[in-house]
Amino acid sequence: MPKDIDAKESGIGAATKRREDIRFLTGTGNYTDDINVNGQAYVHFLRSDVAHGRITSLDTSAAAAMPGVLRVFTGADFEGIGGLPCGWQVTDRFGEVMQEPAHPVLAQGKVRHVGDPIAAVVAESAELARDAAEAIELEIDELPAVIDMKAALQDGAPKVHDDLTSNLCYDWGFVEENKEAVAKAFDAAAHVTTLELVNNRLVANPMEPRVAVGDFNRATGESTLYTTSQNPHVIRLLMGAFVLGIPEHKLRVVAPDVGGGFGSKIFHYAEEAFCTFAAKALNRAVKWTSSRSEAFMSDAHGRDHVTKIELALDADNNFTALRTETYANMGAYLSTFAPSVPTWLHGTLMAGNYKTPLIYVNVKAVFTNTVPVDAYRGAGRPEATFQLERVIDKAARELDVDPIALRRQNFVTEFPYATPVAVEYDTGDYVATMDKLEEIADVAGFAARRAESEKSGKLRGLGVNCYIEACGIAPSNLVGQLGARAGLYESATVRVNATGGIVVMTGSHSHGQGHETSFPQVISEMIGIPEDMVEIEHGDTNNAPMGMGTYGSRSLAVGGSAMVRATEKIINKAKKIAAHLMEAADADIELKDGKFSVAGTDKSVAWGDVTLAAYVPHNYPLEEIEPGLEETAFYDPANFTYPAGAYACEVEVDPDTGKVTIERFAAADDFGNVVNPMIVDGQVHGGLGQGIGQALLEGCVYDEDGQLLSASFMDYAMPRADDVPFYQVDHSCQTPCTHNPLGVKGCGEAGAIGSPPAVVNAVVDALRSAGKNVTHIDMPLTPARVWAAMQG
Amino acid sequence: MYEFEFARPETVADALQALGEEDAQALGGGQTLIPTLKQRLAMPTTLVSLGGIAEIKGVCQTDDGKLAIGGGTTHADVAAGASAYPALAALAGQIGDPAVRNRGTIGGSLANNDPAACYPAAALASGATIVTNAREIAADDYFQGMFTTALEEGEIITEVRFPVPEAANYQKFLQPASRFAMVGVFVAKFADGVRVAVTGASEEGVFRWTEAEAALSANFSADAITGLSVAEDGMIGDIHGTKAYRAHLVGVMTKRAVTAAG
Repeated sequence: MPKDIDAKESGIGAATKRREDIRFLTGTGNYTDDINVNGQAYVHFLRSDVAHGRITSLDTSAAAAMPGVLRVFTGADFEGIGGLPCGWQVTDRFGEVMQEPAHPVLAQGKVRHVGDPIAAVVAESAELARDAAEAIELEIDELPAVIDMKAALQDGAPKVHDDLTSNLCYDWGFVEENKEAVAKAFDAAAHVTTLELVNNRLVANPMEPRVAVGDFNRATGESTLYTTSQNPHVIRLLMGAFVLGIPEHKLRVVAPDVGGGFGSKIFHYAEEAFCTFAAKALNRAVKWTSSRSEAFMSDAHGRDHVTKIELALDADNNFTALRTETYANMGAYLSTFAPSVPTWLHGTLMAGNYKTPLIYVNVKAVFTNTVPVDAYRGAGRPEATFQLERVIDKAARELDVDPIALRRQNFVTEFPYATPVAVEYDTGDYVATMDKLEEIADVAGFAARRAESEKSGKLRGLGVNCYIEACGIAPSNLVGQLGARAGLYESATVRVNATGGIVVMTGSHSHGQGHETSFPQVISEMIGIPEDMVEIEHGDTNNAPMGMGTYGSRSLAVGGSAMVRATEKIINKAKKIAAHLMEAADADIELKDGKFSVAGTDKSVAWGDVTLAAYVPHNYPLEEIEPGLEETAFYDPANFTYPAGAYACEVEVDPDTGKVTIERFAAADDFGNVVNPMIVDGQVHGGLGQGIGQALLEGCVYDEDGQLLSASFMDYAMPRADDVPFYQVDHSCQTPCTHNPLGVKGCGEAGAIGSPPAVVNAVVDALRSAGKNVTHIDMPLTPARVWAAMQG
Repeated sequence: MYEFEFARPETVADALQALGEEDAQALGGGQTLIPTLKQRLAMPTTLVSLGGIAEIKGVCQTDDGKLAIGGGTTHADVAAGASAYPALAALAGQIGDPAVRNRGTIGGSLANNDPAACYPAAALASGATIVTNAREIAADDYFQGMFTTALEEGEIITEVRFPVPEAANYQKFLQPASRFAMVGVFVAKFADGVRVAVTGASEEGVFRWTEAEAALSANFSADAITGLSVAEDGMIGDIHGTKAYRAHLVGVMTKRAVTAAG
């Protein structure tokens, strides 16, 4: 356990136990599927079972006549209504905006992936709706599917969208002006290492599948959507303004307890729009609960990049240039933030922790007949980290130098550091995190452990890598320039009650992160009152001010900062009230341990005295300030935050079967200041589990016809408890963020970003120890793939 | 799932009568059938649960030294009660997870004959006898390919009788997602020879590796099968492993089972 745990009993830095876990673990959470509106009906979606085809006939009359059916909807019901919008517009290397196809709520004429919704049956029960869906008469003229990205870009390839010029969404170059200089650096290089790799397609699979309940109040004309979302305000804006034409004051979106998101619950989905639309059309609440099978073919997938990366080094092994070419799968439609993931969340991170002076990133985003791909824990940054840290490891092998030493030699050591890919790292200490890693991973003891493994017939490997991520997303003016169609500030309202208790309404959203515990720690620290006097509310657009939600490790860095700003306003006002009560000057009032005192005197009033005075203003400076104690702040960060770290993985490989077991895993992270070290440990553990899942187990596979082969947990391997080791996790290296008031950087995605290359590096190291000339294995490193690689 | 009637008879006779109805379907522990129903891939009119029939539950030894297991006995009860046949008890204790083991039954597993199930390997390698309400079927005659057995419509497995070998072991290599056997090998050494049964690997379901049996009958050691291999042709090839990989694993798992059997 890291040293900082137990350092404090409450406030910032304390390992306060997660208060929300009591309800989660005792079955008293309130998830969307727990919400049942009086008189609600149920929808079942008829989904395409082919990857690509033209709907030639769709007859719903028999289904509509089935018992309990209220109405059957098809694409025709949504003609003239907006499609699902894309929230980010990328401009390509020639200055043209990306190709942006329509994304209908229900298929209009064509189906474009297995799972594409065609019709929706609303009935008195979910079973009746499903029964009726089977009575829909549907004929599809099947078209050839495009699944492979490079094939999709060939002349004459079938087009996913007939009205686009090709299957290319965009061809992005970054930084385009550097392209020639990078090419020259490669020509002058003493050594070039090249690696081609795949970043495997993943399915997020949060424990709670998606659910939507649409409701309509005929008396007020107000629509309500209860949904499994990471960002209810974003859904309200996208769905209200772009799909259904409902103004915000007539639309409430509630995301209550949410059982994990990992990015897949950021996006606005067709089912949400459908339930809201149908509730109004039928004047009945309409509920949809995804089955796990539906989740596999309707939740946005993650990753799915095919990349060639080249690293140029000089004669002294200094990195001189980096060049990448990536094909990024968009799937059949553009999901909400899909275009940003392989570009601004990926290209800007290609410098990694290294002072490579010249970088050129090319990304071709491609439409295929597959489920849309969008952000998944890390979103772009894992793809950047994986290729960079794999090619560095390969270079070290080729040059026969120590992979750790090669990294250290090329570390950025002076901050702030402006990378050649448009971002500026404010703080960091990559030498310190690597030192810490070598200590906690006991790198020095590896040789002895390898010898022990070899005695029992196993190959042992050590893989090390670094990572950097851009978190705390993000400055609105910057992302606006980069194509975001939204601001990325965050909001908080701090409401102090008369007797001193506090409710914070945050625009960020907790779906496992522990905000209800960690946010009160910050306020407890600022005011000096117990943490349990503070409650956090989130997820209801009728309560919280307009916020942008939780993703990109932004909640504390951006949402927490908004809360700090609002609390500062509260404290300023409370000091004025306290000054009045004690007949002192405002400037002389000090707040400590929940007590206001006059500097240099023994006069004081308690927090509760001041809050009561605010609401019972009998003795109150009404001519100067208003009664009440409630403040709102909106915080827009000046920069991204840049968490960074170094990870080490030790594996054993069974040479007979190719099976990899992870024996040790160490993570040394720099998250800046840490509010709750136990929650941070948990976030890292979870991220490592997902990263190890990607590296060893998870692979979403389509066949050439576009059928999803890994369509259930029978074939899609999620990591289980016994797939992961006990972790050595440390976050004592702390270089605080310089531009947010808490000095925090974010920790939610680090584990998933930093761990896949460590695992693959370790397996390659293990195989090489047995004399196998293996330079790379594509993820997931299943036993079959590792064994095949060993056969040469 | 679609609607169906539900019957829970308490005797084999009543169960047979219920199964005589058109499109009636026997339900053991439901570990395959219930998910199948939920996917709407089966549409029985009546589901006849065998879970209430006491006479087909339990583990005992017969007078001639065999281990007799009632067809309705759960994997957990076999794991706990088959101490006379430790390799079989160990196999039962490694099927699925505790929830599966507390519901799933040996009769259900053998009747379904999933090509990746564990029990078929034990029954075939042991030369077990599958006892039904109507007859006794030798394991060698019982397994007839993937999801196919000698059972007639409406026939119920009441008991499985296992000869207890001198030494035996089951080695399972897990398919990473389902954790069914990607390759499972059961080796059983009897006084008159060795039997080796392989599950998970073949497109034809469980099979005996007779070449290995001959070699091991002559020399019961892992070295005896060095150089032997099953043909790739006919092996299962899928996203988890190629035909060649499964063929290779058959050899590895067989060696490990022999070594572990001692």
